[in-house]
Amino acid sequence: MPIRGNCTRATKLHMATVPVRKTGLPDASGRFGQFGGKFVPETLMAALTELEQAYETARADAAFWDELNSLLADYVGRPTPIYFARNLTKQLGGPQIYIKREDLCHTGAHKINNALGQILLAKQLGKKRIVAETGAGQHGVATATVCAQMGLECIVYMGEEDVKRQAPNVYRMNELGAEVVPVTSGSRTLKDAINEAIRDWVTNVETTHYLIGSAVGPHPYPMIVRDFQSIIGTEARQQFVDRTGELPDYVIACVGGGSNAIGMFSGFVDDPSVILVGVEAAGEGLEGKHAATMSKGRPGVLHGAMSYLLQDRWGQILEAHSISAGLDYPGVGPEHSYLKETERAQYVAVTDDEALEGFRLLTRTEGIIPALEPSHAIAHIQKMAPGLSPDQTVLLLLSGRGDKDLDTVARARGVKL
Amino acid sequence: MNGKQKIQQAFTTANADGRAALAMFVTSGFPTLETTVPIIKAVADAGADVIEVGMPFSDPLGEGLTIQKSSHAALLAGTTPQTCFDAIREARAAGVTTPIVLMGYYNPIFACGLGEFCRAAADAGADGLIVQDLPTPEAAPLLDECDRYGLAFIPLVALTSTDESIAASCQRGSGFVYCISVLGVTGVRTQVSDRILGLVSRVRAKTDLPIAVGFGVSTAEHVARIATYADGAAIGSALINAIADGAPEGAAERAGEYVKSLLPGARRKVVAK
Repeated sequence: MPIRGNCTRATKLHMATVPVRKTGLPDASGRFGQFGGKFVPETLMAALTELEQAYETARADAAFWDELNSLLADYVGRPTPIYFARNLTKQLGGPQIYIKREDLCHTGAHKINNALGQILLAKQLGKKRIVAETGAGQHGVATATVCAQMGLECIVYMGEEDVKRQAPNVYRMNELGAEVVPVTSGSRTLKDAINEAIRDWVTNVETTHYLIGSAVGPHPYPMIVRDFQSIIGTEARQQFVDRTGELPDYVIACVGGGSNAIGMFSGFVDDPSVILVGVEAAGEGLEGKHAATMSKGRPGVLHGAMSYLLQDRWGQILEAHSISAGLDYPGVGPEHSYLKETERAQYVAVTDDEALEGFRLLTRTEGIIPALEPSHAIAHIQKMAPGLSPDQTVLLLLSGRGDKDLDTVARARGVKL
Repeated sequence: MNGKQKIQQAFTTANADGRAALAMFVTSGFPTLETTVPIIKAVADAGADVIEVGMPFSDPLGEGLTIQKSSHAALLAGTTPQTCFDAIREARAAGVTTPIVLMGYYNPIFACGLGEFCRAAADAGADGLIVQDLPTPEAAPLLDECDRYGLAFIPLVALTSTDESIAASCQRGSGFVYCISVLGVTGVRTQVSDRILGLVSRVRAKTDLPIAVGFGVSTAEHVARIATYADGAAIGSALINAIADGAPEGAAERAGEYVKSLLPGARRKVVAK
């Protein structure tokens, strides 16, 4: 294997242009097969049409992409590198493991890619007020960041439970000038923050853009978020091929709502030899409290889209659980449901304990502290490695860095900070 | 008469009587499962023209705090689509003839199976459905089942609705057209904005269906103003507040008293049509 593991700098990437829609989906009604759609109160329908039209105009506008790509390069620090994890590869003794480093993005996670794209759309729509939901706080921080940069008012809804476990991110948002509103309804986590953000949007729709953070929600959001995150997959594919001369055998990413995964998968979905694996949160175990929507849920409608959901027999949404706030969501983006149903991607689940082990594994072998969300993907690689050979390759998407999770990890390990 | 005709007839009768129709919303199973039938009966006896029986949903993103809380309490009390059907059946057995509309969110209906849900609803004595998160472009499969079982599908139109979407909703809808008076979620407000007048006239230009105005309506004065330009008023959160304001034993009586307090507002000083 003369090429693999070679540490030469990745070839300088051409600046990404307009996202390529390899699947041709969603269709005109916003569907990925039976999934997706626009299941929202009538008040929002006109705003969704307006957003769709603004996005289609922007998509065809070279100046829009020039501005976005220049911000992605100079402000976010793109392209993010891929890194050959030599020590992790050696330790696991199986496949060659490469890591796409979205943790190196400005603000520490991939969320900024979408936040920047949508803030430029909001400007085109003439909206001066931005609302967002956040789970782990990464999307809230990304939104607060781009609002600070663009001089827009920013309100972030965050479940009271998440406000507690992600205190440093709450403070970051405050310093950035955003108002963080704790949500006390329902399970007080991401799903309730989305409910509250939608209620705000219904009330202030004429002045406000809802900057949704994951590839969920009514059409056109899952499409827009995927397109803005597809830069991850576009870069990673080119970098990997440049580095190794081949495509990876496996591409692995964590899935909550699934924006990082869908951005990564979109680069490889047309390469049938590449096995796409999405890793959900099994929480305390699949028979207990978890957030493994596609492993244990069934199709239904939440937050404007038809997709897999955790629900009881009466169609009431169940509370999800994960140690990772970013995966603690009882739904999933509709395109993931489609990739599952068409068997183009596989979805597996990893427990809190396994994710904590994955967190330590990457930290100790490579000196990279991962967020708890992608720690689930690391844990899955740890599980699958013994079954793979050294001539196989795995490309892991490291969606964010773990600084925000140190409190949670310390608590889980019984350490008082 | 099927459900569609029955609901439309209720508006016609009220208007012919010199009144705006009152469509009153109650959350099924709130404050307890046992109070639902007495509350429906009290609201009917007090003079409501249409009763909206709310099916609680865990994630009611179109609701303000009042109905969020009543929905949450009703779910904790054990409310399911089945208990909603049972309550309607018992209310019919107790002599309630007022048209009854089930109001809720799509996922519990979808989980039940669209055909099975509509069959059971019609069988229990319901006349129609209002689904807050099911705009007309997504409603075709449910509309087919409503048609099969003679249930009205009452469309919601909003201040932001385009003329095209109003036309499509009115064409496929039946019973009445529900005009949302505000940008926002349900809940009591001090004023009902006259911005709704423009919407009502746009709807009037597209349909002969009766028009009711709801969201934020809570007092006889609000109803009196709506009675000058619409065929009916829809009231929810204020009735839920009355129901919640005391012990469950007195809930039905308080509900009836509240409905009676609206009647003077509903009466038109000059018959509009």
